[in-house]
Amino acid sequence: MSLKPSTLSQADTIIAQYPQKRSATMPLLHLVQEDRGFITQEDMAWVAEKVGVTPIQVLEVVTFYPMFRQQAIGRRHVKVCRTLSCALRGSYALMESLEKSLNCPRGETSADGNFTLEFVECIADCGCGPVVQVDHALHENIAPEKAAEFAEQIKNSLKDSNYGKNQPQPGTPEWNG
Amino acid sequence: MSAVERPLIYANLRKPGYSIDIDCYIKHGGYEALKKAVAMKPDEVCKEVEISGLRGRGGAGFPTGMKWKFLDRKSGKPCYLVVNADESEPGTFKDRQIIYKDPHQMLEGIAITAWAIQAKQIFIYIRGEFQHGAKILENAIAEAKAKGFLGNNILGSGYSCDVVVHRGGGCYVCGEETGLIESLEGKRGYPRIKPPYFPAVLGVYNCPTIVNNAETLAQVKHVLTFGGAEFAKIGIPGDSGTHIWGVSGLVKRPGLYEIEAGKATFGQLLYDFCGGPLEGRTFKAIIPGGSSTKILKFGERFKGKLPNGQEFDWALEDIPLDSNSIAACGTGLGTGGTIVIDDSVEMIQALSNLNAFYAHETCGQCTPCREGSLWLSRVSKRITTGGGLESDVSLLLDIANQVAGRTICAHGEAVAWPVQSAVPKFKDEYLDSIKRRQNGDFVSPLKLI
Repeated sequence: MSLKPSTLSQADTIIAQYPQKRSATMPLLHLVQEDRGFITQEDMAWVAEKVGVTPIQVLEVVTFYPMFRQQAIGRRHVKVCRTLSCALRGSYALMESLEKSLNCPRGETSADGNFTLEFVECIADCGCGPVVQVDHALHENIAPEKAAEFAEQIKNSLKDSNYGKNQPQPGTPEWNG
Repeated sequence: MSAVERPLIYANLRKPGYSIDIDCYIKHGGYEALKKAVAMKPDEVCKEVEISGLRGRGGAGFPTGMKWKFLDRKSGKPCYLVVNADESEPGTFKDRQIIYKDPHQMLEGIAITAWAIQAKQIFIYIRGEFQHGAKILENAIAEAKAKGFLGNNILGSGYSCDVVVHRGGGCYVCGEETGLIESLEGKRGYPRIKPPYFPAVLGVYNCPTIVNNAETLAQVKHVLTFGGAEFAKIGIPGDSGTHIWGVSGLVKRPGLYEIEAGKATFGQLLYDFCGGPLEGRTFKAIIPGGSSTKILKFGERFKGKLPNGQEFDWALEDIPLDSNSIAACGTGLGTGGTIVIDDSVEMIQALSNLNAFYAHETCGQCTPCREGSLWLSRVSKRITTGGGLESDVSLLLDIANQVAGRTICAHGEAVAWPVQSAVPKFKDEYLDSIKRRQNGDFVSPLKLI
């Protein structure tokens, strides 16, 4: 196992919260994915043993929920909402523009490994569409006209050594994520 | 007379300087309702909620007090309270505000409810995407425990109840209460068949369980603050309290507006609160209460009789914003998430967008829904890409008619209703979209699929 010691030590605390161990399946999968970035077969076997089920019972959970993934993704995970409210505000044009600016076709990871660009379904912020979730942060009102500038912002974040480490402040994309 | 907002749920979180910490909440009268509740017998609290007339805010509008009464108390098994914070109905974004800006309001309602039903444990099932929201809730729970509002021996009552925040995995069907329960048990979110799996009898771990929407529980706090009889005076008979209208799409001022039930109309919501259509546009249609509710077209007349016998003849703009009036017009208040469509929108693309959503989100358990949603998505999409036939319009309706009522959960209705309501109303426009593409005189409008 190449998971961090802190991940391994949190597992028992999480399991103890539930009357039945199996309920900890999804929390443990989130924990593993936050540590490694994706979920391997070995991880699933570990979760299965921890919660007392067979590995295939964990696999069927992993394949059911869109948030769990079995492959590595780019350094920045860019998720554009495509459902009606955001689409009415231009999320399709925004996506086309981001594909060009990030040099990354939708549903794929860019060749340089920097970005994974995806369309996702409604993320419950419809009044501020189009919305884009980049890793832990939720960006609101990204109209297609702002696409190029927004892509620059994502690119610049690659050079930010404090990325993802700051305490979120109310009203910021990090807070809303 | 122009309508005004009456914020209950959003009253504090909109105040400048209002923060999520417990001291700020207590300064604004927080946890007083819980103190009141704990001084009462649990049954008395249930009675207050029943006479308040509060209806669930998760979409179905079921009376909350009645739901609690269904709880199986004879089995001797422990019972659970599950908070549905899996906000995922397209067009709905009201619960997010409560979680991110006023978590203690929801926690107070949760603590009151747990006391009322004597829950053994509470689970808050929150959308997986609300990563920071889950952290906010966890911190708020720790604060509330430290002050004795949750956890061991709540306010010295001798009653203890712990809370677990459980993150989902980005799956719409887990907002369905039995799908949510399966998911909470560590399985795929396949909804369960009813009977026998009514949550109040066979819920989490096959124990009696109450599943309530996040906002519903925040409303419970206000029921206790006002008292059931006083709360029932807010709104109109049959629909008490406030509704949070989340308006999205093509209006000048999209956003959240909290309005006393029945005290404004769609016209006032869209023109007075939201500022009307964008410059140079006109309204065409709305989806009133989340994407699964039936579409309403501007220019339609709505005629019929309300449950109280009153006859009505309304334009869309005249429909009052309460659940009975909206239901009488053939659709539903749902979650209050209103999606607004204007004349720049090609309706087949709007429908195709939603069909793609439902095809993506079907859990695949029931054949009519799994296959039907996929076919609806493919047929509507082929119209938008120029491969449509004129017969496709009736084909869409034909497929939808084979889904609704034939599935374990209401996802089947959610798949069918947008099609069943939109096809009769926009048939001519759909045919026009097909012909234009066949004739090559198609100018691409706003792209939605």
